[in-house]
Amino acid sequence: MPLFEARNLHKRFGRQVVLEDISLAFDEGRLSGIMGPNGAGKTTCFNVLTGRYRADRGEVLFAGESITGLAPRQIAQRGISRSFQVMNLFNDYSALDNVLVALPDVRRRGFDGWHDLGADSVAQQKAATVLARVGLAGKERAPAKSLAYGERRALEIAVALAAEPRLLFLDEPTAGLGSEGTVRLADLIAELKRTLTIVVIEHDMKFLFGLADRISVIHWGQVIAEGTPAELRENPWVRRSSLGGGAS
Amino acid sequence: MPNLVDRRAPLVPMPMLVLFASLLTAPLWLTQVGLYQYLALEIMIWMLFALGYNLLLGYAGLPSFGHGAYFGVGAYAFGLLELRVVANLWLDLAGAALVAAAFGALVALFISHRRGIYYALLTIAFGQVFWFVAVKWHSVTGGEDGLLNLRRLPADFGFVAFDLKSNAALFYFAFGVFALVVVALWRLVHSPFGRILTAIKQNETRAAFVGYNVWLYKWLAFTISAGISGIAGGLFALAQQSAYPNVMSLHSSGFVVMMVLVGGGLVSFWGPVIGALFFILARDLLGAYTETWLLWYGLLFMAMVLWKPDGVAGLWQDWQRRRSSGGALAPRGVAG
Repeated sequence: MPLFEARNLHKRFGRQVVLEDISLAFDEGRLSGIMGPNGAGKTTCFNVLTGRYRADRGEVLFAGESITGLAPRQIAQRGISRSFQVMNLFNDYSALDNVLVALPDVRRRGFDGWHDLGADSVAQQKAATVLARVGLAGKERAPAKSLAYGERRALEIAVALAAEPRLLFLDEPTAGLGSEGTVRLADLIAELKRTLTIVVIEHDMKFLFGLADRISVIHWGQVIAEGTPAELRENPWVRRSSLGGGAS
Repeated sequence: MPNLVDRRAPLVPMPMLVLFASLLTAPLWLTQVGLYQYLALEIMIWMLFALGYNLLLGYAGLPSFGHGAYFGVGAYAFGLLELRVVANLWLDLAGAALVAAAFGALVALFISHRRGIYYALLTIAFGQVFWFVAVKWHSVTGGEDGLLNLRRLPADFGFVAFDLKSNAALFYFAFGVFALVVVALWRLVHSPFGRILTAIKQNETRAAFVGYNVWLYKWLAFTISAGISGIAGGLFALAQQSAYPNVMSLHSSGFVVMMVLVGGGLVSFWGPVIGALFFILARDLLGAYTETWLLWYGLLFMAMVLWKPDGVAGLWQDWQRRRSSGGALAPRGVAG
């Protein structure tokens, strides 16, 4: 049974149908990719899967339990975490504080209005460990807004990781990164892949084909192809379209 | 690993020590600098109101422009409890806090899903509703005259009771309440709850996606802030021996915003303290020379918002950063 499953999702904005009968399944311990051209509905799909938008029809299951229509916080509390294509950080906080407030331990104590969070060295060490995992050791005290672009991308992932998710969604993690940054990010995701179930939306096909165990291709709001990177390379539609161009 | 131990907030920071020492000794030196006891009492009450308000504006980033309503509700609740229910200082003051918090909680139910300009407009609308009720509901609120002839009840500790009829005695009593609220607020803003509020201020979407019930935190921030405003309002009614519609007017709501912004509540816990001191002193000292003092203060407020929105506390922080970096302005840290 897949860890995460979406069945027959429909989503429209006004008269515009964005997702039409989309079904996806992500297996535990795998890195799954979602690809498609601009405007294909990838990010809308991500937003429906993670609770930002409510699907008009269809069902979403996580670990065998329906999470359809749940709010983002409820989905996050069940162990699903995500990063954003457009950077979504606590900009005035230091890198460490960004991660700190995302820790489940801190979340559980969220209504504690008395004890000093700055005195909680265990939580802070944990946050520092997460930062080190994404290559931000030494940047703990730097305000998020002062970090370089690639570092902010890494911090995005760190905040998502801090929640100790079972499933991590990454929305276009290479957006805006140069080739060197993309290589570093690929190494990081390859390392995370060993312990986490990951779903990545990506337009950089070379990046995605190099990491994913299985890829779903979305176009016109529908899943038009699915398979391993090797299978998709042989897919006539992918070969014909520009999508397959960078993958070989 | 970096040394993270020094991130704890001091239990009694230097500004708190200076503030408490200044207030405690105020009766000894006030008259010598040409001021008077009641003025210090009033400043302290407005400091309390402004600190409570800043939990909402400075820490949660929620612009309430009708917060005078909860100050007023506290004043009326104190007066009504004293006149009609039980004349007991502790119960009446606790009642002022609870009634203001309850009304704050009720209003927050309707506005906590909003932010920005819509949030601000709704707070003004609700504030005006409270003011209108205070003016029109004669049989309960006394209409435009308000509730008059409130008594300064004694502070009865069971084994000993203190008479609060003199301004000096009431000042020390109010100081006790003020100190307790300041310590509690200081703890609150450094607690997980306070840190999450500030995270929500910076990015509601991200806070929701790491698992926080953003609506509930915003609701709680408003309720707590209204409760503290209610305590300040109760003390104000005690000091003035009356409660009247003007304390919950749009003017009061505007004054507290000006205090917080001019003082620098957006960048410092102590900003509202500076702002309240500055505002009431300006009212009394400038007001002694010209009836148009508020015009000059308003111009100062506009200049501050245009050129130094971080207020007096921001100027102080800039000066400290310049000094520590040998002239160059180092990058700003996170508001503490």
